[in-house]
Amino acid sequence: MAGLRALVMPKMGLAMTEGMVAAWRKAPGEPVAAGEEVADIETSKITAGYESPAAGSLRRQVVKPGVMVPVGTLIGVIADGTADDAEIDAFIAAQHAAFVPAAEAASAPAPARVATEIGPIQVLEAGPEDAPPLVLIHGFGGDLNNWLFLQPLLAARFHTFAIDLPGHGGSTKTLPGGNFAALARAVAAFLRARGIGPAHLVGHSLGGAVALMLAPESLSLSLISPAGLGPEINMDYIGGFIAARRAREMQAVLAMLFADPALIGRDMVEGVLRYKRLDGVAAALQAIAAANFANGRQNTSLRATLAAIRVPTLVAWGEADRIIPAAHADALSPSVRVVRFPETGHMAHMERAADLARHIIGIADA
Amino acid sequence: MQLSREELLRAYRSMCTIRQFEERVHAEFATGDIPGFVHLYAGEEASAVGVCMNLTERDSIASTHRGHGHCIAKGCDVAGMMAEIYGRKSGLCAGKGGSMHIADLDRGMLGANGIVGGGAPLACGAALTAKTLKTGAVAVAFGGDGASNQGTTAEAMNLASVWRLPVVFVLEDNGYAESTASAWSIGGDPLVRAEGFGIPGVRVDGHDFFAVHAAAGEAIARARDGGGPGFLHLKLARYFGHFEGDGMTYRAPDEVAKLRAERDCLKLFRRRVGEAQLLDDAALDAIEAEVAAEIEDATRRAKAAPMPSPADLLTDVYVSY
Amino acid sequence: MARKSFRQAVNEAIRQEMARDPRVIVMGEDIAGGMGAPGEDDAWGGPLGVTKGLMPQFGRERVLDTPITESGFIGAAAGAALTGLRPVADLMFVDFMGVCFDQIFNQAAKFKYMFGGKARTPLVIRTMYGAGFRAASQHSQCLYPLFTHVPGLKVVIPSSPYEAKGLMIEAIRDDDPVIFFEHKMLYDVEDEVPDEPYTLPFGEANLTREGDDATIVAFGRMVMLANEAADQLGAQGISCTVIDPRTTSPLDIETILEEVRATGRLVVVDEASPRCNMASDIAAQVAERAFEALKAPIRRVSPPHTPVPFSPALEDLYLPDVEKIISAVRAVMAAGGRKAA
Repeated sequence: MAGLRALVMPKMGLAMTEGMVAAWRKAPGEPVAAGEEVADIETSKITAGYESPAAGSLRRQVVKPGVMVPVGTLIGVIADGTADDAEIDAFIAAQHAAFVPAAEAASAPAPARVATEIGPIQVLEAGPEDAPPLVLIHGFGGDLNNWLFLQPLLAARFHTFAIDLPGHGGSTKTLPGGNFAALARAVAAFLRARGIGPAHLVGHSLGGAVALMLAPESLSLSLISPAGLGPEINMDYIGGFIAARRAREMQAVLAMLFADPALIGRDMVEGVLRYKRLDGVAAALQAIAAANFANGRQNTSLRATLAAIRVPTLVAWGEADRIIPAAHADALSPSVRVVRFPETGHMAHMERAADLARHIIGIADA
Repeated sequence: MQLSREELLRAYRSMCTIRQFEERVHAEFATGDIPGFVHLYAGEEASAVGVCMNLTERDSIASTHRGHGHCIAKGCDVAGMMAEIYGRKSGLCAGKGGSMHIADLDRGMLGANGIVGGGAPLACGAALTAKTLKTGAVAVAFGGDGASNQGTTAEAMNLASVWRLPVVFVLEDNGYAESTASAWSIGGDPLVRAEGFGIPGVRVDGHDFFAVHAAAGEAIARARDGGGPGFLHLKLARYFGHFEGDGMTYRAPDEVAKLRAERDCLKLFRRRVGEAQLLDDAALDAIEAEVAAEIEDATRRAKAAPMPSPADLLTDVYVSY
Repeated sequence: MARKSFRQAVNEAIRQEMARDPRVIVMGEDIAGGMGAPGEDDAWGGPLGVTKGLMPQFGRERVLDTPITESGFIGAAAGAALTGLRPVADLMFVDFMGVCFDQIFNQAAKFKYMFGGKARTPLVIRTMYGAGFRAASQHSQCLYPLFTHVPGLKVVIPSSPYEAKGLMIEAIRDDDPVIFFEHKMLYDVEDEVPDEPYTLPFGEANLTREGDDATIVAFGRMVMLANEAADQLGAQGISCTVIDPRTTSPLDIETILEEVRATGRLVVVDEASPRCNMASDIAAQVAERAFEALKAPIRRVSPPHTPVPFSPALEDLYLPDVEKIISAVRAVMAAGGRKAA
């Protein structure tokens, strides 16, 4: 049955076990390019586009929108146009017969806590151990789960380490200091403790500034909406994130992160609230905000640092970023590769994971 | 234990203060100015003062509905107490507690208590705090003959025994639980009850300050040294009714007059220190005069003090809510 | 993070607070177990094993077995709280409050007010409640409405392991007396529970489902049933908001009013006996303050006004269940007499 490709419920994130088609973007019979989004996939955390693995036409929508199915379930069929309906029916029957749902969550890798000189740092590793190391550093109030879409894509090429910064996720809630330099020292302490030499660094927002501080020891640098490249910062977001206690307040704050706020799932909001309730988090967030965003502005500029670094560097920005304006990517050194994503907010690594992964791999190979 | 001249003066001042405070409340209550109801301690002063002279501010006491004497003996501010009884904002409890709930935690006074038998478990708790935090403090649970028949008292004594708590139970047996004679209501002997819990006890003439002071001193010192709980059965008498307005028709017609004449703890104290030439009448008379002035001042200030404001109704229910 | 049972969640909360604050002690009947007996120490760890392991870690000085003497040790806990400790006392079954209620509602609850605001009583009383255990009339009651009735007490009714840990830590750190209700049928329920300490605020309701058609308020174990009912109704095209108030005192009535104003229909699920229970309290407050928003009469799902029966046949009949909740929601959906013109 050449020319037939199965669309299966993707595993978007290492812990995902099930999902649903929120909406089909293509009608049955409609042509599809490879990499074009055919459907919106919704998990309890987030909704994301599903890119077609092949060119052809969407011959069959096997799963209706709104039905929760296990990861790996056949949801649609792409064909090159030569197959007839009987062939497709047979293909679907064969796929269904062969499908074995993965044992629930058993295969999901679990984060580990690494003891470092500044306290435990939580890390989620993925990818071959002999591949080049790549470290993912999240932003203010985030955690390693922010990389749930991007990390699996990068893990094909790199030994990836998604870490929780101090004050975040499962890492120590005692900060070694709240400014970029102190957080960079914490990441360096983790790299030493884990025995990681020069690595490809990927940082988002606050984590972008942290990665930039570590540039001299890096193989390449990919900065997503990084802090430190201009004075503006949306303090409604920073202050709102610190203050929000209830789901609806937090939902409204998190909505600022995305070009399309409808992407935010109930579990994402609940996850952030649960994080914020942990002992020490409120103080840590306040200390980081005070150290970096006093008086409502970013008070450390790393533009000179960025201009001086020698490693291949990517700066990626969503044009609809409402937290740090995309204009901060203007007028950077010509050696910096700048990528702007249209209709994308502050979370390009969640909103444009596949595109971004290609750019990161590109800069790492440069 | 030999008491110094200063201690004797302090003891007399404390007992005098209780007596005059209660006599004054008795008089003022009759005018109708004092709200609610009050239970007066007059006649039992040797107990509160004899026991509390052995305590420091870090030690705790749990008191009873007849608590004014315990408050004064434990160092509560007399003017604050009077204002509280008048329901004034300047009262020790801001007018929210009244006579039956006067407390001053800074002085280890854990509260008078409107529930007969309510205080003994609380005293065990204070003793547990002392034991756990190793502060060296002790707790005293005052209770009357009525409370001695409550389950809480028995439970507290057993708990104190099995946990070996630094607590002393003081049974102030004034002969009547409300109108019911303790001679009838207490089955068996309270000392034997204490013994049954493994708690050493002693029966003392509660009119005799010196006897109470010595017995309490021994029990408190033993508790403080880790020797576990103690028990005192004090036989004494109250001069007024269970509450103000109680006609006391259940008592013998000449009972109180005879007690005042023959067994009054203040008179016994004066006779004793006079005979032993420890204190002279002039010094004791001077104390009485000073106390009279203090009570007069406290009463005058209480009457003049403002009532709580309407907003006070809703405050102090919770630390945070 | 790991999956933990409700029992483990409560244990972990107490353990972490004991490690953090030396003033935290626990006490109760068989809280460690085996006191003075020839066999094992920590033989029970509480009647259902919730406090197992605390005594070996913290010692007999901070994990105190008591005689069977509820007035004695609950009162002692109140007195200890008043004088500087932060006791967590285990009143085994809430039904036993009958023998020690004075120490809770006349003493601990009122110290602060009676004493003019000067007292602090950081006391937690843990207690098991609820039916379904075939434990009959004296070991199955809810009784949280009685405690809710008393000013000065805070009343916490966690609905899941995650909620239990956060609310227990909050309770231990709170400076007022808190009655902490643990449903015996929830002890083996599992949930993702962070390893680290965290707190959940009192008086902030949690929306476990969000919908447009009806609002269901439920307490403790009933939240699980209400969620199940909402999910089944959702599949049938009726979308429900489910509110877990978490605490009945303080009660987040504002969130309830807000949701009722949004949906216009209210069902309150309360395992407590029906007279003067939480359902009647909430129904009264909503009728008083959001009457104009109601499209249908409020429905209460509660047991009948009887003691909890023993026989499984009767106890199952007695308890609210998913079917009863669904039928109450269907009833408020069908009653359309007050639709706005």
